[in-house]
Amino acid sequence: MDPQLVPIVQLALNGIGIGSIYALVALGIVLTYKATEVLNFAYGDILMLSAFVGWGLIVVAGAPFWLAVILTIAIVAVLGYLLERHVMRVIVGQPQFAGVMLTIAIAFMLRGGVSMAFGPTSRSYPTPWSGQITHLGPIVIADINLVIVAAALLVTATLFLFLRHTQLGVAIQAASQNQLAAYLCGIRVKRLNSLVWGLTAAIAALSGLLLAPVALVDISLWFVVLKGLAALVLGGFGSIPGAIIGGLLIGLIEQFAGVYLPDGFKEMSAQLVLISVLIFWPRGLLGEAHGRRV
Amino acid sequence: MSYLRVEGVTLRFGGVHAIRDLSFAVTQGEIFAIIGPNGAGKTSVFNVITRVFNANTGRIIFDGQDITDVPRHRVVDHGVARTFQNIELFEGVSVIDNLLLGRHRFAYGNLFAELCWLPSVQRNEAESRAKVEDIIDFLELAPYRNSLVSALPYGVRKVVELGRALATQPRLLLLDEPASGLNPEEARDLAFWIDDIRSDLGITVVMVEHDMSLVAQAADRVMCMNAGQLLAIGTAREVQSNPDVIAAYLGA
Amino acid sequence: MRFSYDTSYYDAQRILRYRSDWMSYGLLLVALMVAPWLLPAYYIGELSYLFIACIASLGLMILIGYTGQVSLGHAAFMAIGAYAHTWFLNHDWGFLASILSAGALTGAMGLVIGLPAIRVSGLYLAMVTLAGALLTEQILGRWKDVTGGYSGVSVPTPVIFGIDFGALRPFYFLCLFVLAVVLFGLFNLMRGRTGRAFVGVRDSEAAAYTLGIWVGGYKVLAFVISATVTGIAGALLAHHLQFLTPDGFGLTLSMELVLMVVIGGLGSLRGAIFGAVLIGLLPNLISKIKPLLPTALSAQFGLETFVFGAILAAFVMFEPTGPNGRWLKLKALFETFPLYRRSTFRRGKAYMHSERYR
Repeated sequence: MDPQLVPIVQLALNGIGIGSIYALVALGIVLTYKATEVLNFAYGDILMLSAFVGWGLIVVAGAPFWLAVILTIAIVAVLGYLLERHVMRVIVGQPQFAGVMLTIAIAFMLRGGVSMAFGPTSRSYPTPWSGQITHLGPIVIADINLVIVAAALLVTATLFLFLRHTQLGVAIQAASQNQLAAYLCGIRVKRLNSLVWGLTAAIAALSGLLLAPVALVDISLWFVVLKGLAALVLGGFGSIPGAIIGGLLIGLIEQFAGVYLPDGFKEMSAQLVLISVLIFWPRGLLGEAHGRRV
Repeated sequence: MSYLRVEGVTLRFGGVHAIRDLSFAVTQGEIFAIIGPNGAGKTSVFNVITRVFNANTGRIIFDGQDITDVPRHRVVDHGVARTFQNIELFEGVSVIDNLLLGRHRFAYGNLFAELCWLPSVQRNEAESRAKVEDIIDFLELAPYRNSLVSALPYGVRKVVELGRALATQPRLLLLDEPASGLNPEEARDLAFWIDDIRSDLGITVVMVEHDMSLVAQAADRVMCMNAGQLLAIGTAREVQSNPDVIAAYLGA
Repeated sequence: MRFSYDTSYYDAQRILRYRSDWMSYGLLLVALMVAPWLLPAYYIGELSYLFIACIASLGLMILIGYTGQVSLGHAAFMAIGAYAHTWFLNHDWGFLASILSAGALTGAMGLVIGLPAIRVSGLYLAMVTLAGALLTEQILGRWKDVTGGYSGVSVPTPVIFGIDFGALRPFYFLCLFVLAVVLFGLFNLMRGRTGRAFVGVRDSEAAAYTLGIWVGGYKVLAFVISATVTGIAGALLAHHLQFLTPDGFGLTLSMELVLMVVIGGLGSLRGAIFGAVLIGLLPNLISKIKPLLPTALSAQFGLETFVFGAILAAFVMFEPTGPNGRWLKLKALFETFPLYRRSTFRRGKAYMHSERYR
């Protein structure tokens, strides 16, 4: 391979690696949005919490990695279910703004709670792939990145099949478009919504557990929600394939911005993409047009 | 001389033709009804006239002026007001505030004067209030004057929307399904009000309607549309006995 | 029972419509005027801060409560106001010129942000402004020439007509005066044509267009007014803080402002004041509670964030109209006693209606 291309390919592969996490995050957010029309601003904090729970199980409790993963996903999924059941359900029927505010409130509570319980220091935990790398010719890939991409593909495929081809998935979409009509068709809307929250929380848990080895177990993990939103917007709001593509693109943009743009642009790239896309190209790549019929 | 002339208007959304080459005219002072099955493009005609959408072809001429490309918020300055099929009231405020908003285009402009609440602004507010009270009397909304709109029954909300449109002092009033959801008593009141609007206030009324008894009672001329095109136009009796109209809409 | 005895349409326009209102607000004003001589110095400083918070909250209320434009990044405007004012003062501008220019500059930024915001609405605007809030903190940190970067910049004391307004009591009255002027101006705007137009834009854009309201223009106007007011609050905040650093104007401050508006009760200026007082006093309350908690829990930032979240959640879930709503219900209780019915305010069962497909 041409030595000129090697750094670019390396960057691209790193970008896809981290972009897969962003894609998963975007996926979780868009799923909640499609089901309940609430944008879950607390998603990043649920992700962060999962990382801490994972750390607790692996490092403090000494559990084996796979057991810890399964337990974390289970615990966080239950948490997501309970959050919807007892907190979000109270504001059913109120305008979207109330949902935004409530998820932000939950985000703050999670962030504050974790901050108080664990303190400000960053931590980390070992994974079966820590320190392992694969060589692809002159390209070096950390194994964890491969795992991330594989996990993202698996989750996406499963979700796609679930939403399209199972009754539960179709019911979720129905409930999101007209709750009252869905009720009248016999769909148990409230339970569905709680299920969706549990499901997306599980996805968040998986994403958090995979992100933490790369980005450390730290409060700042919550930031990933903004990257997820940028991915959603770029890919087209409300579109699931758009969320995936958007996530990968944001990952790539970040990596290349870090190298080719002046200092500081890397941290700001997600915000800048979000703002520019919404202003100049609101539909994103695959998005649906939105507007009221009068 | 026709008051409102729609000439060769086409409205397309991608491959869907909402209106195909539609032309009709309304004379001043008449009550004109547009009937037709759902999806015929009736509300789209209103949307094109009030500039919610841009017509792909054609012109709309009102009282000699071409209003086809007028900015959306300037339509009311030409004297055209409308109500909506699904009520578009301002839900968070009271009836009186909704009606006062109808007087927006007559309000005394100038941000600085408003900031200081100068006497000229106060006088203007009082005048608006007086005009709005006339409408409240006309439409018998006095018991609901200070109620929040969201708390009112459906029939009253329709009347409030009518009042708000009247508050703009229009010369042409476009009513989109004014009788839908009204009980027979309210529909009867509506018929009288529409007639009063024409005779006392001198406003030309164009209404989209499904209630054939209201159309027969109130309308001077009727136009039937189907699939975006004009099917028949004439007096209520002529249109109701037209075989195409019966086939497409009224049923044999 | 309290009835309205308006005899002319001018009566309906008045801000204070009942004699009891005149009395209660009059007493409040007297108390505020006399307070600096009755309260210890610490509380006077706190009250000055509360006045500044009220001004900022009023600014944001115009945007969110009246025009329905959600801005989760309003700290950016406070930052612009604060840093601009400081920069002008450091370059020997007079206080009045400086603060008015800072306000105007922030208003201009409001224009810049408001113009693209016309096309972006609701949820999307919330996201854009959230991103903007995070962006602001980073930009402030990196633009060292103007803002002094993360090491910060100090603020000169305000001197108007030779009198030092940096001292405790003069600053208190300065803030109170600005608050009174802003409150009066905004009240006038909101009870007239502009305020109604804002509400029209919020509740139904389609209907607003048909009534002759230039929706885009009014959205931008709301941004400009909101930005100007918030910028002035920022300028006063600069004097209160006396030393500016970028991390004081980040997401936390933006969320505090939003909390003030939301908890106070959307759509009412009185609500903005309520919210500002409540949230403004919160850090104080929290620091008083801290010693009582076990040491493990009283770790630095966590507690404040948690309490913010908990309060916001509680209000959104149980009292969406905020303390202002509570106040109105209480007033209704007293006004209609003994005919008050609790079910007047009971929310009916509501179902979610998709806002995408309506």
